[in-house]
Formats: sequence, structure tokens, C-alpha cells
Amino acid sequence: MKAIVSVKRVVDYNVRIQVKPDGSGVVTDGVKMSMNPFDEIAMEEAVRLKEKGKITEIVAVTIGGAKNEETLRTALAFGATKAIHIKDDGAVEPLTAARALAAVFKKEGASLLIAGKQAIDDDANQTGQMVAGLLDIAQATFAGKVELDGNKATVVREVDAGLETLEVDLPAVITADLRLNEPRYLKLPDIMKAKRIPIEATTLADLGVTAAPPVTTTKTTPPPTRSKGIVVKTVDDLVAALKAKGLA
Amino acid sequence: MSKILVIAEHADGKLNAGVAKVLAAASKIGGEVAVLVLAADGAAVAAEAAKLDGVAKVLVADHAALAAPVAANLAPAIVEVAAGYSHVLFPGTTFGKDVAPRVAAKLGVPQISDVMAVHSGSSFDRPVYAGNAITTVQAPAGTVIITVRLASFTAVASNGNAAVEKVAVNVTAAAHTRYVKLEAQKSARPDLQSANKVVSGGRALGSSENFKVIFDFADKIGAGVGASRAAVDSGYVPNDMQVGQTGKIIAPELYFAIGISGAIQHLAGIKDARTIVAINKDAEAPIFEVADIGLVGDLFTVVPELSAKL
Repeated sequence: MKAIVSVKRVVDYNVRIQVKPDGSGVVTDGVKMSMNPFDEIAMEEAVRLKEKGKITEIVAVTIGGAKNEETLRTALAFGATKAIHIKDDGAVEPLTAARALAAVFKKEGASLLIAGKQAIDDDANQTGQMVAGLLDIAQATFAGKVELDGNKATVVREVDAGLETLEVDLPAVITADLRLNEPRYLKLPDIMKAKRIPIEATTLADLGVTAAPPVTTTKTTPPPTRSKGIVVKTVDDLVAALKAKGLA
Repeated sequence: MSKILVIAEHADGKLNAGVAKVLAAASKIGGEVAVLVLAADGAAVAAEAAKLDGVAKVLVADHAALAAPVAANLAPAIVEVAAGYSHVLFPGTTFGKDVAPRVAAKLGVPQISDVMAVHSGSSFDRPVYAGNAITTVQAPAGTVIITVRLASFTAVASNGNAAVEKVAVNVTAAAHTRYVKLEAQKSARPDLQSANKVVSGGRALGSSENFKVIFDFADKIGAGVGASRAAVDSGYVPNDMQVGQTGKIIAPELYFAIGISGAIQHLAGIKDARTIVAINKDAEAPIFEVADIGLVGDLFTVVPELSAKL
């Protein structure tokens, strides 16, 4: 049973991002980049499923430029058994990524795609769902718990109202939410071993994928700033401040 | 003229409060607005939707396969009804985020997530990097599929009287997905997503028993209750109370952040709160950078005193 895990290279979640004054985007030069945290959780889940004997192969896939190799090395250090680098130097739209992942899914004869629920750069939260739609297979998004039993997955999803349980038959797409698991720390021997595993390179063209019509970003600005607040010393002062605002 | 289809999220025969906010976004796009109710029996939900301002008509697609919110069943039905529409709008809820991308992929068009402002029928603002940057984006030609960031819009009023009509959809329930159950927190408190006042607790509460301090204060002032991710991860409260980048994005008039340090990801959920009050023992906590009123102190003494004096 083969699982695909999609991994994206993003600005590290600890970085305080800076918006370029000319409105052309966010500063990414010289900024620390990492595997999208939700994709780490997806990787971890795949590895746990393999350790339990539920899946036998994990194919890590990334779409991006040369530096995305780092992301695949991380995936291999986690325990991916194969890595595919879809080389593309531009910004990758969710629908294009989904078409590429769907093509890989079919080519690899996979049964499961585990993706992070969203990338913390664009916060789109779309790709997994799109892959499921393109392949006409089951989707179980925002997974907080996954149990795999042969060809059936029972997924508990974190939804607005609480916890929803779905049963899906494979092939299926599962997107990982924050509480699905806590990713392991990667051990140095695994990181070193990962450097020597060959990575398969391909392109959107090789996969027969047409890029989706792009959503163009015309401007990037910082968010509106809040006016400076006050610090009060006592509860009485707090109550007075609330009353002054008509809130008490 | 734009023809806008608004997807009505609903549960237990009631329309989700977010739909009135999606309609506000729809009116900014401008055009003829229809609301689509997909259900086993959508009459009650449709009647509610028909009262909302700015609705030209309510379409009800009744089908047994649409009884549960399964994206694989809803998406094809929406694709069918959406023929001829220029825009399809979903609430930016877990429901909308689950279904909208699947619809977009089937239509071969992009989807735009968490729209917070409308400039035109094809130009919108949306947050990226946990709301630390705002992008203005231009949709390409083709159907525009959007999820609407509810915290950015004011609900429309209910003075309408739209026509309700049935619409047939050709759906076969997907055999591959079975909806088993929903474990929902039933609460008499105001709903966190739409409450005017919210009191949130963080990791500093220390235990689920201690969260009583938060619940008691919230009940005293009639507020909804939220929590930071840390508090949820620690098991003090259930996941549906999480406020933040990957939890609920809310916009109450008054938000109390109690024992919450103010990580970027939490702030992403509360940026649109009108007034933020922070109570924290640590004067250096980042929450004080965004709070309108801050009090440095021990929440276990401050909150009960505040509760008594309000």
C-alpha cells in the first residue's frame, strides 16, 4: 500500500515576516525556510502508519525550485522511501499543485495522499481537497485522528462544531490538522542517510500537467495597525477604562 | 451582470449565522444573488435564508444523498447548479473550506480563500502569513470561487422576502464516504464564532478544572468562551474553542485574552476584535503589544475581582 505525502518549502513559522515597502511581496531572501509544519505532521502520520505495517511505501513529493531538495531530504530523514522533485521555479498555485499531485498519485499507483491541511505561507487550505476532486476519490480534511484498517480509514475531523467522524474507503486524501500527532525529532544518522538517497526529478510537462489559470497578486501590504493601547495597574482602573469605552 | 450563488451552510434545520455575512460580501460584488440550500429536506433552512436582505431567490436541492455534509456529494451538486453563475461564495468555515476547493477543481478554476475585502467582481483582499500580510489578488477569467472570511463582514439584516424554488440535482451518494457522527459541544453560552463578547483562556490556566475561572467570568458578562491553541493542546478544553490562525477567526466587540501570551498564530484569530483586553502575569508577553487595555497581574486574583466589579 503506497502513500504519497506532499511537502512544501515555506518561510519558517518562527520568522517575523516583513512586507516589502514597494508592495511587491514578502521578504524571503536570507530568511529561514522549513518544511511546512502541517506537512511535517503529514509525514509523521505516514511514518507511523508504515511502522504499524498499514502502508509499505511513502513517496514524498515537492513542487519547486532547486532549494526544495532540502525539503525532500527532510522527508527522507523522516522515513519516506522515495522522493520526487517536480521542478518548477515559479510560484505554484494550489490547482496546479493538485493536478501535479493527482498525476503522481496515478503514476505511482498510490492508495492514500496525506497532505498538510494548509501551508502557513499562503494559508490557502485547498490542495488536498482539489486532488480528491480531480481524482474523484474520498477526502477527509482537518484530521485529528486517523485509523487505517486495510482499505478503510476512520478519520476524526476537527470541525467548527466539534469532532466529526468519517469512514472513507481508499483511495483517499487525508489532510492533517495540528493535533493529529507531534512530529518526531530527526536523528542525525537518518539525516545523513537521507543525503544519499537518489531523488527522482520530473516536471509539470513530463507529468502531462497544464498549469492552472493563475490568481495574480497585484499588491502586498502590511495589515492595518491597531492604535497603541494602555496598561492599567488595578482592576478598578480596568473597569474604569472599559466603562469609558462604553463596554461595561 | 454578476450572478452570484451563495452556498447555505446549515445544521439541525438551522441556517449558519455566517451566511448573512457571506451575503454582505455578495452585495459588495454586486449582481443577482441566489442562495443554494443542499439538504435531505431544506425547507426550514430555505425559509430562514429567504428573509435575508439582498437575496433574489433561494434554491432548494433536496436529495437523500445531501443529508450529511460530505464534500464528495455536495461538490457535484453545486457544480451542477452553478452552471451559468459567475461567482460561488462559501462561508470561511470548516464546511466551506472542505467543499469549495473540490468544486473549484472540478470546474478547472482557482479558489480564493478567506476573502476579507471586495474591490470588484474579480479583485479581492486576503490574508497570508497568518494575517501578517494582506494581498490584493485578481481572479482569472472563469467562475470565481471564494470562501469568505466571516470576521471581516457585518451580517446583513433580515427584512427580505425572497422566492423559494426547488432545483433538481443529479446526485448519487458516493459509496466511498460514510458520515458516522458529530460530537458537538452543546452549550447555552453565546456561539464563539458570532459572540459580541468573548473571554479566552490560555496555557496559564494550568488545568481544565481551573478553566472554571474563565467560564464563570464569561457567564457573568454573557460572553462566549475561547481558548488558545496551547490550552486546547494541553487538554484543558475541546478543539472547537480554539481561536487562532488554524482555529476560529473571530471579530467580537470585546475580547479578553487571559493567561494568553499572544503568539502570532493566536493574534491571527483576533486581529478584528474591536477591543482587546489582556490579563497576564508576564509584562513582556507579546499580547500586550496588541491589547487596547492591558493589566499585568495574576489571573487567578484579577479575574474573580474583575468579575465581581463588572
